[in-house]
Amino acid sequence: MSVIYILLTISIIVAIGFFIAFIVAVKSGQFDDSYTPSVRMLFEDELVKEKPKKSILTKKD
Amino acid sequence: MEPKTCFHCGLDAADSEIIYDEKSFCCQGCKTVYEIFSDNDLTSYYELQNAPGTTPKDVEGKYNFLDNAKIVESLLEFNDDNTQIVSLYIPHIHCSSCIWVLENLNKLNPAISSSMVNFGKKTVRITYNTNQISLKALVQLLSRIGYEPFISLDDYSVGKKNIDRSLIYKLGVAGFAFGNIMFLSFPEYFQVDEFWLEQFKPLFRWLMFSFSLPVVFYSAQDYFISAYKGLKSGILNIDVPIALGAAVLFIRSTAEIILDLGTGFFDSLAGLIFFLLLGKFFQQKTYSFLSFERDYKSYFPIGITKITAEGDEISIQVYDIKKGDRLLIRNEELIPVDCILINGRARIDYSFVTGESEAVSKQSGNKLYAGGKQVEGSIEVDVLKSVEQSYLTQLWSNDVFNINKEDAFTTLTNTISKRFTLAILSIAIIATAYWLVNDSSKAMNVFTAVLIIACPCAIALAAPFTLGNILRIFGKQKFYAKNASVIEQLAQINTIIFDKTGTITANKETSIEYEGAQLSSDEEVFLKSTLRNSNHPLSRSLYTLLNEHDIVTIENYQEHIGKGISAQHNKDSIKIGSGAFVGHTSEGKSLITAVHVSTNNKYKGRFTFYNRYRKGLSKLFNQLKPSYDLVILSGDNSGEEKNLTKLLPAKTKLLFNQKPEDKLEYIKHHQNSGAKVLMIGDGLNDAGAIAQSDVGVAISENVNVFSPACDAILDASNFTLLYDFIKASKSAIKIIKWSFVLSLIYNCIGLYFAVTGQLLPVIAAILMPLSSISIVVFTTLCTNFVGKKIHDKVEKT
Repeated sequence: MSVIYILLTISIIVAIGFFIAFIVAVKSGQFDDSYTPSVRMLFEDELVKEKPKKSILTKKD
Repeated sequence: MEPKTCFHCGLDAADSEIIYDEKSFCCQGCKTVYEIFSDNDLTSYYELQNAPGTTPKDVEGKYNFLDNAKIVESLLEFNDDNTQIVSLYIPHIHCSSCIWVLENLNKLNPAISSSMVNFGKKTVRITYNTNQISLKALVQLLSRIGYEPFISLDDYSVGKKNIDRSLIYKLGVAGFAFGNIMFLSFPEYFQVDEFWLEQFKPLFRWLMFSFSLPVVFYSAQDYFISAYKGLKSGILNIDVPIALGAAVLFIRSTAEIILDLGTGFFDSLAGLIFFLLLGKFFQQKTYSFLSFERDYKSYFPIGITKITAEGDEISIQVYDIKKGDRLLIRNEELIPVDCILINGRARIDYSFVTGESEAVSKQSGNKLYAGGKQVEGSIEVDVLKSVEQSYLTQLWSNDVFNINKEDAFTTLTNTISKRFTLAILSIAIIATAYWLVNDSSKAMNVFTAVLIIACPCAIALAAPFTLGNILRIFGKQKFYAKNASVIEQLAQINTIIFDKTGTITANKETSIEYEGAQLSSDEEVFLKSTLRNSNHPLSRSLYTLLNEHDIVTIENYQEHIGKGISAQHNKDSIKIGSGAFVGHTSEGKSLITAVHVSTNNKYKGRFTFYNRYRKGLSKLFNQLKPSYDLVILSGDNSGEEKNLTKLLPAKTKLLFNQKPEDKLEYIKHHQNSGAKVLMIGDGLNDAGAIAQSDVGVAISENVNVFSPACDAILDASNFTLLYDFIKASKSAIKIIKWSFVLSLIYNCIGLYFAVTGQLLPVIAAILMPLSSISIVVFTTLCTNFVGKKIHDKVEKT
């Protein structure tokens, strides 16, 4: 039954891990602006413009 | 044909005939922005939102002050050899297109390495390479695409602002501990006699103890500090019973596990603090894009052009202006100091300072006061006083601006908490005394149990959740209150004072009436053609009012400053202007704003300008009339008195020619005789009155631009909802009172267990969250009902 010591240790380490992640997130300013990121993630990636075909020609050999 | 609107900004573009890329534009400015965007692959801007842009303004010379290295340094957030970071406030940010284009600035100029928009604050944070682009060029680039940043004296050296995130940390810590303690305390609630459980009990208990340490000593510290401060100044605020409850919870629980008497109440303790902080967090609704603390600094420019003795123009900081300096004030610039006009034609708009809507003309040698805005060409002035000593800034040295209204106000919660604390303490003492006589082993148990169960978590949560929710509901209707106590104060007012210009009148609108001999159509054409040449605001409004006519060429057009204009066409002559100027002398000095017209030296008649009052004004006043004293304090002359008496209920008091200090004194006087005053104003001239009043509301046509320091900002479009807002805040107080009743019922149930000495941790663990959650649900439902009533009313109109 002493396995419970290992389980408790693991669970507390995991919990503290998440807690540290939370602190880091607050510190980096993630909670300062809760609106803009929600819009930003909806922007479409722009189409990559077709490069001039020169590069393909030179690669032929 | 469908009406054509500008592809860039959405304004009417039917008359402009500017077509580019098969798209119509209202002006060259909008077209230029489109060209910039289409040349740089930024046309997605128009796909995200229809017509998102704004017409760029001419900024020639406006940002010359950014050549001054000292000013630039004070604006920057970060400055290294060749990298600078600046945060700029851009009022125009309003949609997703704005975010997109501002975050793609690097496509317009590769020197910009990154830009991040904060939509809530309407700021953009730009990192750029100083070798390739200067701050001035950057600001000009933004202005050119219609995103002109707003830089005022307020921004001076605030680059390194610290954001207070401590509440989020505290909430995080409490939530983390609460969750973990819950897990650890669960086993003991279910199977108390199981063998293995007995074995691990001490371990579980000490783990709970260690999780509770950060909750008590970090998350809850504000309550202890506030309770201590309250006691020191002899006030039993709501934090006293909370701190007492938390302290007793912690001490008793610790004693229980040391002496192996039980599990303690660690879960209730962590839950209590977590819920309380959650309430605080909810109440802390802030409108980060609004500023409630504005003083003259937010109106003033940061730099100004100085003309040196050699005749060169240099930019200097406003604080560096010295007596005797010669300054150049450009069109649309604000005069930052008291000064004397030396050169040029001055037309000064003092509406910020006095509330007078009419711009005044000044001749060289006249004194100009700080706060006026030049609205016609450039002028040169000699400085009389430095910024701090100017007339306008002196107003801010008045003591009312240093009083924190929130501190001075006793909230409903604190009023209740005084009686509550005394009642709880007496119950605890009586119960303990009873047990001391009957069964002294239980006495300590009962004493602590009473303090624990009576901890007024639900009472403390009622106000934050009710007021926080009302704050949000008001915000949706464009009434932005600074904090929750404003709503409590709003429910108590009995006198409402209005400013006139800009508050009950719509700012730029006037109605015009013509009296006199009928003008022939030829004369009307002539009149309109003449007015076309003048930039005087009265001419402009008259011009737009007159019917469409062909424009005829006029000769010999002359402007006579402060008098009027004259012109000739064929053999006819026309004079437009003041009564004396056109040769009309029958009346004395009139208080009415009017433009007189004569043709061929024969007097024709006058156009009279009246203020246009906001729609629904008289209905609003009639709604307010039964329960409030209504007063109008105007800085204007009494020319509108007749109009107002017709429009408003008879008992409304009208006072004219009130200087800013007069308004402040008037309010002070009435407060001394017991009035609770709501002041509604708009300009700097009301700033003192707004600060002095119990609730000061600034009304604003555009909430992003200017408003003096105040307790709440109301969007002008919802002015007529004022009565509903006051009514809603009264309902909010009622809701809080009912919540108190509800939480007292919970307390009575809890007290029964406590006083009889049978309070088990599991009962506390159930009762405390249950009471808190039901209060939150109750207040949320009730406030949403109130909010729905306002919403329905808006929908109907």
